[in-house]
Parts: sequence; C-alpha cells; structure tokens
Amino acid sequence: VENVRLLDRLSSRKAALGTLYLTATHVIFVENGSETRKETWVLHSQISSIEKQATTATGCPLLIRCKNFQVIQLVIPQERDCHDVYISLIRLARPVKYEELYCFSFNPKLDKEEREQGWKLVDLNEEYNRMGIPNNYWQISDVNRDYGVCDSYPTEVYLPKSVTAHIIVGSSKFRSRRRFPALSYYCKDNNASICRSSQPLSGFSARCLEDEQMLQAIRKANPGSDFLYVVDTRPKLNAMANRAAGKGYENEDNYSNIKFQFIGIENIHVMRNSLQKMLEVCELKSPSMSDFLWGLENSGWLKHIKAIMDAGIFIAKAVAEEGVSVLVHCSDGWDRTAQVCSVASLLLDPYYRTMKGFMVLIEKDWVSFGHKFNHRYGNLDGDPKEISPVIDQFIECVWQLMEQFPCAFEFNERFLIHIQHHVYSCQFGNFLCNSQKERRELKIQERTYSLWAHLWKNRADYLNPLYRSDHSQTQATLRPQMAPCNFLYKFWSGMYNRFEKGLHPRQSVTDYLMAVKEETQQLEEELEVLGERLANLQKSKLNYNKVKSKQQDRSKQLGLSMSNNSLANTPQEYSNDLKSFPSRTPSQGDEEDSALILTQDNLKSSDPDLSANSDQESGVEDLSCRSPSGGGCLPSEDSGKDSDEAAFLAV
Amino acid sequence: MLRSSQPLTGPNRKRCREDEMLLGTVLDEGERGFIIDTRSAQAAKQARMTGGGTEPKSSYPHWRRLHRPLERGRPLQESFIKLVEACNDASITMDRWLSRLESCRWLSHVKAALSTACLAAQCMDREEASVLVHGAEGTDTTLLVTALAQVILDPSCRTLVGFQGLLEREWIEAGHPFHLRCARSAYSHARLKQEAPLFLLFLDCVWQLSRQFPFSLEFSECLLLTLFDNAYASAYGTFLCNNEKERCLCKVKESTHSLWAWLNQPGERKRYLNPLYSHNALVIWPSVEPQSIQLWQGLFFRWIRPSQHLDEAWAEIQRLAESN
Repeated sequence: VENVRLLDRLSSRKAALGTLYLTATHVIFVENGSETRKETWVLHSQISSIEKQATTATGCPLLIRCKNFQVIQLVIPQERDCHDVYISLIRLARPVKYEELYCFSFNPKLDKEEREQGWKLVDLNEEYNRMGIPNNYWQISDVNRDYGVCDSYPTEVYLPKSVTAHIIVGSSKFRSRRRFPALSYYCKDNNASICRSSQPLSGFSARCLEDEQMLQAIRKANPGSDFLYVVDTRPKLNAMANRAAGKGYENEDNYSNIKFQFIGIENIHVMRNSLQKMLEVCELKSPSMSDFLWGLENSGWLKHIKAIMDAGIFIAKAVAEEGVSVLVHCSDGWDRTAQVCSVASLLLDPYYRTMKGFMVLIEKDWVSFGHKFNHRYGNLDGDPKEISPVIDQFIECVWQLMEQFPCAFEFNERFLIHIQHHVYSCQFGNFLCNSQKERRELKIQERTYSLWAHLWKNRADYLNPLYRSDHSQTQATLRPQMAPCNFLYKFWSGMYNRFEKGLHPRQSVTDYLMAVKEETQQLEEELEVLGERLANLQKSKLNYNKVKSKQQDRSKQLGLSMSNNSLANTPQEYSNDLKSFPSRTPSQGDEEDSALILTQDNLKSSDPDLSANSDQESGVEDLSCRSPSGGGCLPSEDSGKDSDEAAFLAV
Repeated sequence: MLRSSQPLTGPNRKRCREDEMLLGTVLDEGERGFIIDTRSAQAAKQARMTGGGTEPKSSYPHWRRLHRPLERGRPLQESFIKLVEACNDASITMDRWLSRLESCRWLSHVKAALSTACLAAQCMDREEASVLVHGAEGTDTTLLVTALAQVILDPSCRTLVGFQGLLEREWIEAGHPFHLRCARSAYSHARLKQEAPLFLLFLDCVWQLSRQFPFSLEFSECLLLTLFDNAYASAYGTFLCNNEKERCLCKVKESTHSLWAWLNQPGERKRYLNPLYSHNALVIWPSVEPQSIQLWQGLFFRWIRPSQHLDEAWAEIQRLAESN
C-alpha cells in the first residue's frame, strides 16, 4: 500500500511517508526518501494487537502493538486498503499451525551439521554433571522416558537416589498435571537442593504415601539438615481455595519434618492485567511525573517483580545460609515455580551469570520443565486467558539484579532484550510449543535453528565490560538488600520504551567500554607480538615497512570515534509555544535478519493437542482473578496485605 | 541570555524608558526575543499589587513573554523534606512507594526545571533569539534556569573548570542567597522561612544530564555531592553569605580558603573527574519524559543503600577508561 504515513508516537506532527508491505512473515514499512530508504520491519509473531481507529481527514489510522513493546502507528489513505490490511494482519498475527511460523522458513544459511551443533550448544546432562550429579544422593532417572509419567516433564529427571519408580509414579498421581517433585538445583557445597513440583491433590484431607516418601527422600538427600522447606508461591487465599477443588498444599502434619511457607505471588491473570496497565501508562502522550508514577504504581508491576525477587531471595538464603533444601511449587509448577527457581539459582551460582550459564538456566528451568511457551506467548492463536508475561518478569528480575550488581553478570542488558524479543519472534525453535514432548513430536531440532547458537555467535555484542570472573561480586552468592529496598526497583525503560530512541542516552556506556576493552586487549597482544619480533631482530631480516603499515591499519581500526557526537540529538517538544521544533526520530524496529518470502512449503503434521489449558487457578476464576482494580471478586482481599505477607515470609 | 528580577510596573503600569531601551539594544533590527518568567501568569499579575509585575507587551513589542512556573521557597523546601522522609521510611511497602514519591513532588520539580532550561536553550539555539529570564527576585529560579541552560548549550560549561566558573558566575556572584537558602537542610524542625533547596535542585538537574549524557560532562557525581555538602556546611568560604557585598563586608576572601582551590589540587581533582568524558561540542538535549527522570539515588539514598557493588563498578569503569 502506497502513501502510508508512519507516525512518530510522541509527535503527531512528525510523520514519515512511505509504502507498506505485507509478506508472509513480516510487515514492512519503507520510507520514501531519496537516500535514506529507512525500513521498519515487524514480524507477524510479534504483533499483539491491531487497532483500527476512527477515520480522519488525513486517512485511516491503524495502531499495531507488539509483544516486544514496539508500537506502530500508521495512517492509510484509503479506508478500503486500511480494512484489507487490518483483516490480513489479524489473520497473519494469529497463526493456526506451527508451520506458519517464521522459524520453519527462516534460513540462516547453515548446513545440517551446523544446525545440529547449534542445538547441542546447551546440554543439560552436562549441567547436572557440573552440579556434581550423579553422586551419593542424587541420580538421573529415566522413569519418564516415554513421557509416560508426566507429559510436560522432560524424559530425564533428577531424583534422590533412594527413590524408586513406584514412589515416583505414586507421587505423580498425587500432583497436579502429574508434575512430581524433581531436582532443579543442587548445591554441592552443602548438599542443599531446590526441587520443584506442582500442587498436591490433597484437598482437605487426602494423603499419599508415595508423595510423603518422595519429600522424605528429598529431605534425607541433604544430611546436613533435619527439615525441608516447602514453599508455595501462591497467595495463601488462592492455595486454600484450591483445596475446595481437590488440590491445595502440603499439610505439615502429614509430611514429616517440613516447614511450610506461602510466598504470595499473584497468578497469570493478575500479571497479564498488570502489564496491560503499565503499557497504557507508557502510551500516555506527554504524561506528567504524577501521571506516570501513579500509573506505574496502579499497575502493580514493580510490586510483582519484587515479590518474585523476594521469593528467590528466600530460597537462596535457605540454601546458602541455612543449608536447607527447598521444594517449590505453585499451582501447576510451570509459571511462578519457574520464575522463582531460576531467580534463586541465579543468586546462588555465579555460573548462571555467565552467558552460557544463563542459556543453560533457561533451558533447564523453563524449556525442559515444560513452561507453556505456546500458551503464554501466543505462538499460535489460542486462549487469550493463557497469555501472560511470565518469562518477561523473570527477565526483568535479572535486569533489576544487573542494576544492583553491575559487575556480577557476564552479559549485558541487550542480551536480555534480545532473548525477550525472541521468546515472541518464533524465529528460532527454542521457545515453541508447551513441552519437550510436543517439540520432539514436531521435530523442532531438525526443522528449525537454535537461538542459543545465534546469540553465541554474536556474543561480542552481549558482553558486560564490567564483568570480571575473578571479581568479588562474581564469586559469591548475590545478596540483594532486603529492606529498605523499594527504591532499588526501577522502571525498565530500556525494555518497555525500547523503541523510543529519544528516551535513552545516545551513546551506550557498555558499548564504549567494550570497545575500550577490546582495543586494550588488541594493543596488549600487539605489544607481545612486537616484543617477540624485537627479540628476533638479530635472527631474521625484519621488513620494516610491513610492520609500519600494519600499525597504521590497526590504529585506524581502533580509533574509537566518539564522534558519534556528530549524531546531534534533537530536542523533544519542550513547549507548544515555539513552532515547529524537530522532535525525536521515529522509532525503528529492531530487525535481526533479512526478509524471507515463505515458499509454498506444505509440510503437514498434526498439531499437538492444544486443549490442555492452564488450571484457572482454583478452577474458580473469580477468586483467581484479583486484578489490581479489585472489581467483582470474592472475598476481595486487599492486595496490599499479600505483599506484606510476602515481605514477612521472605524474612 | 540575560537575567534580571521582575520589572516594577506596579498597579499603575509604570513604564521605564531606560529599561525599555536597555532591552531594545539587545535585539538587532527585526529580531525578536523571549522573556521567560518563572512565575505563573497569575502570580506575575498578582505581583503588580505589591509593586512588581511583568513587562507590558506594548512597551516591549519585540519581546514575547512565556510563563513557566517553577516552584521555589517554602513549598520547595517542603517537597525536599517530604522526599527525605519518604526515603528514610523503612515501613513503606512497594505498593505505596511510588505514590509516596509522587506526593513529594520533587521529581516534578526536576522535570519542570529541566524543561524550562531546555526551553531557554531552544530559544537561543533553534530560534536564534535572545532570552531574558526572570522570576520575582531573580535570585532563585532565575539562576536555576540560566545556569542549567548554559550546561545544556555550552560545552565549556561542562568541563570541570568551566562548571566551577559557571557556579561562580551564575550562583555565587549572581547573588543566590546561600546563607538563607542552605541553612538547615531536610532534617531540621526549624522550618526557616527563607530556606529553599534551589541549589540542590540545580545539582539534581545536572545529575540527570550526566545520566542521559554519560560522556558529555567532565565531572562526576562525586563533584555534585561535594558541592551539595559544601553549600550547607563547609570548611571553605566559597558558599558563605548571600551576595558579593556581604562577602566583602565579612572579608571572606581574606579570612577563608576557597573551595575551588582545594578541589583543583592535582591530588584531589582526580576524584571529581568523569573517566568517560569526551568533549562534546554539541548541545545536549535531555529527554524530560518521566521515564527519563530518575530519583538521584546517590544523594537521597547515600547513607541507606549499600554502595559496595556500585563503587566496585565505578572503579572498574575508571580502570577501563584509564587503560585506554
């Protein structure tokens, strides 16, 4: 469609005129301009919603909101065209079959072996070995080899050595979705472990011998402690309501030597609403400080982030300081449990703060343990009530930690942002489907590429220049300040206002320092080389000219041009009184790869069963749906109370 | 850019030929100028009742007046006190923190100050027009705007030496009443009438600039904190008294040492430098969106937050930058 205008979100005066293209995988806006031909690319998978707004004199506005928080405002001259685009995008943004997704057509021009190698980059077996398993207490179990026990778990699970198949099967029958307790993290220094599961089907009084034995085995696998923490990451009220539906939580009386804790983190519906509200704040035009702060508080977003963090801190403390093992669960054990286990692991083990380690962490606690990527992030069109920014919250927790501990992570903010981007992009196969079983059925590894290999290849872009593996920050368990600490949680404009270039510092300190580091390294290497040559001066005839030109090339290469200053930044609209002030440059999508026209690839395979929706909390939706607005829920509990409770429990 | 105090038009709309001529000579033939009045239009109008007022359009035809109300005096001091109280209140939970922060209004004042300074800078840089800034007395918000505008516009004000010169010029010599304004700070119950943290607000705005333009200021946060400390309590005479006249009468220069002399010593100086500094010849236009304005943790949580990890990070940055 021609003559389309792309509006700058904040300045309606500034608009780019160009042509809009729709391909099988992307929406592309190409600016008319003799030299620039600036392009904005959006993957269909990224489209969260499309809004057709009222036609004005200038045309028909179309607002596209993306899952990576890019917001694109187009104005299409003809109503008919606008409608066509709208209808097309609705269909394109809601794929029905996996084969429609970009990852099946994406071609990075690697051969079969390279693709395979890419998938092998992260090996969970290796990871558990690194932890020190198998050992006297823990071993790998293949009881789930055909997904016969739990279809959302991986084929390989790690369990206490003393546990028999009978106990595993028995316990799985007593757990929601059959998700029996399994090892997430083992601390070889003190034998404390973090295990995870789903809620027990205890109702008000049901018991299961095998499940009790399972917990006992976990406890005994840590001889240094005589009890086991059982952490339920739900608000107490929700967990209690679940009992009415035949589920619930562990009764301290029935399970020997457990200490039970609630750490109230709200459910996926509350989180979905929270994000929605926060994004509404981000979309305000020229908000006052007041609008922004009120809006942000009202969304509750940072409160939730802190709740997840507090839970992770509690578990990390239990393991590192008390030497006590922890069993974590929520309802189904695939959302809050994943968040909390991975935050705790990150705090405990510096390995997970390396780039490779972080990839391993996500593979372990999110991918292998059956986090429902498809349902949560809408790979395919599905139930909107399943959508929730669960991994986004975890990624933000990592960023918040990076801000508090700038030297402790090998990777930088960009790494996190790109991972988030690809959770939704479906460009790679890592985050498809809802379980390992589904991915294997679809032969994901044979038909798509691994994100990890892609990121690893570009790892120079993702390094944190302040990271030093010998640094004091990196060796220890991270201990975030507990209180007062509200101020430590900042609004992540790098993520939620990612595409508004005017909001961010023009030059990246990270990039500059990385360049400095590289230059210093190269100079040091060169110094070494020159030193050797000097030593060999007597032995061989040195070509003086050769050395000289090499040095010159180097210095050109390394000349860190801070004359990015020549990219003068432009003032935003500080005033309506002064006419025609240039404002910020229009946002540009962060595209990763070039376009692909989808070939008529008629791979047919039946899609995995999509009907296994998340437990609507207690099955009693009203109770679970305690949105911050607090409307129409029974019994309405002050959401403030929970966070107090959380703070109290988090110690 | 010019600064002054309010014209004494009074209720009878007095005129002053000399004043009109003075402002007339500033503008070239056909040029126009902007007057940025840091009071609201209403406040400025009311000032007439007590002998003050604004420049009437008819008498100053080539000057266009813009009102940008900036908080000063008692309300600003209250804002400061409330903020410090909030920062020290360990009982606030996360779900109340932001609204509490908002109710202090401090960040709104930062936003307003930066916006007004940017406006002044825009008039000069983009409109190529002269600017006159004044409030009521010309000793508080006026200086805030003119000093900030210069940091934005002029690279020489962003050097360590240049910034000190700016402070001398736009705050000390210009007659900001430091003795009255920086008396007891936020913890005192005294509630002095003349106390107001304008200078701190200025330092906060400069800190915001340093965050948004990490390479463009030659000095570090350390300098800003030191200036804050010395404005309230100092071993040096630089911030004493309320104006040059008082300093003369008190023989400040003869009986005290200068803060600048100490800061610029080779051994001390290093602490105040920004290792990332690289001369930026251009104007730096900050974003004044709420997301871009942050609470100055280094100041307000200075004694509360553990700084070990951040100090380590800063040391690492210095190490890297120096090795370059």
